[in-house]
Amino acid sequence: MDGSAPAPAALAWPDAIFAELQRWGVRQVAYVPDGGHARLIRAVHAEPTMRAIPLTTEEEGIAVLAGAALGGQRGVLLMQSSGVGNCVNMLSLVKSCGFPFLALVTMRGEWGEFNPWQVPMGSTTEAAFGLMGVGVRRADRAEEVAETVAAAARMVFEGGSAVAVLLGQRLIGAKVF
Amino acid sequence: MLDRRDVVARLLKDRDEALVITGLGAATYDVAAAGDDARNFYLWGAMGGAALMGLGLALARPDRPVVVITGDGEQLMGIGAFATIAVQAPANLTIVVLDNGLYGETGGQRSHTSGGTDLAAVARGCGIAAASRVTDQAGVEALAATIAKPTCGLRVVVIAVDPTEAPRVLPSRDGAYVRGRFQAALGLAA
Repeated sequence: MDGSAPAPAALAWPDAIFAELQRWGVRQVAYVPDGGHARLIRAVHAEPTMRAIPLTTEEEGIAVLAGAALGGQRGVLLMQSSGVGNCVNMLSLVKSCGFPFLALVTMRGEWGEFNPWQVPMGSTTEAAFGLMGVGVRRADRAEEVAETVAAAARMVFEGGSAVAVLLGQRLIGAKVF
Repeated sequence: MLDRRDVVARLLKDRDEALVITGLGAATYDVAAAGDDARNFYLWGAMGGAALMGLGLALARPDRPVVVITGDGEQLMGIGAFATIAVQAPANLTIVVLDNGLYGETGGQRSHTSGGTDLAAVARGCGIAAASRVTDQAGVEALAATIAKPTCGLRVVVIAVDPTEAPRVLPSRDGAYVRGRFQAALGLAA
């Protein structure tokens, strides 16, 4: 025996995100329900230090998180790529006031997508964020999720940036009916 | 009919520790006219976001009363906010909607509240039981008496106000400045 600990089993990527959100002290988790984020959303609801905030539409989350930041709490917005276009005008709040902003976006319409209605917004998600000055990072493999979320969280919570992490449809798996 | 400037000045006179978020347009000018304060956050855009910003702030600071002061048009644009806020139900959040029945910023077009939409009823339908409509000074006084209490329970108060436009009183439009000033007033590093 050489005394070394066995390598820990790799966390499932939604659990890796949850661990990062806990590590960064995220308290408000605003979300529009989404299959790709379902496991993470369940974990947030079960975590007493986090407030799960279901939204009726994605742009609500931008205002909620701006209010959280104004009061000194960290937050994150969970959504699907189809909701990014809804956010464009409300992101003027982030841009005009310099609020930190972190979004974790599950992608549709880009990898094995059967529903063509998901393609228009899925193919313009990064461009829509770019319109409003939100930086975009991507993770397409499970092993890069934690480090990508951690890098984004540092930019947001220590640097005051606005960053969206796109979680590729290849990672999540295309929805099957 | 109630004068919006008088209503807002009365509500904020005894604000004590209250934190205030304003919806863009006349509500922002009304709050500025009542006296600039580092604990005011003025929106000049992000239409539909005022009450939701109040939600995030109220959850972050449960020790402080949070008062959102907005107009009917601004709230109509974010009408789903009532459902989102009802689920959280922070006891320290008061949403005041000054209802003049029109869009004063854009030429006075009739708003949906002039066409039959009852915002207090919408709020109740979304699950906010303490949602009421105030049409007289007694109602304003009753609200003012508890505006500084952080434990009154979530409430929406729609106040019918005279549609006459008041002179514009313009607070800072520098969002980063207003944010930093507000956070400093809370003892936070901006």
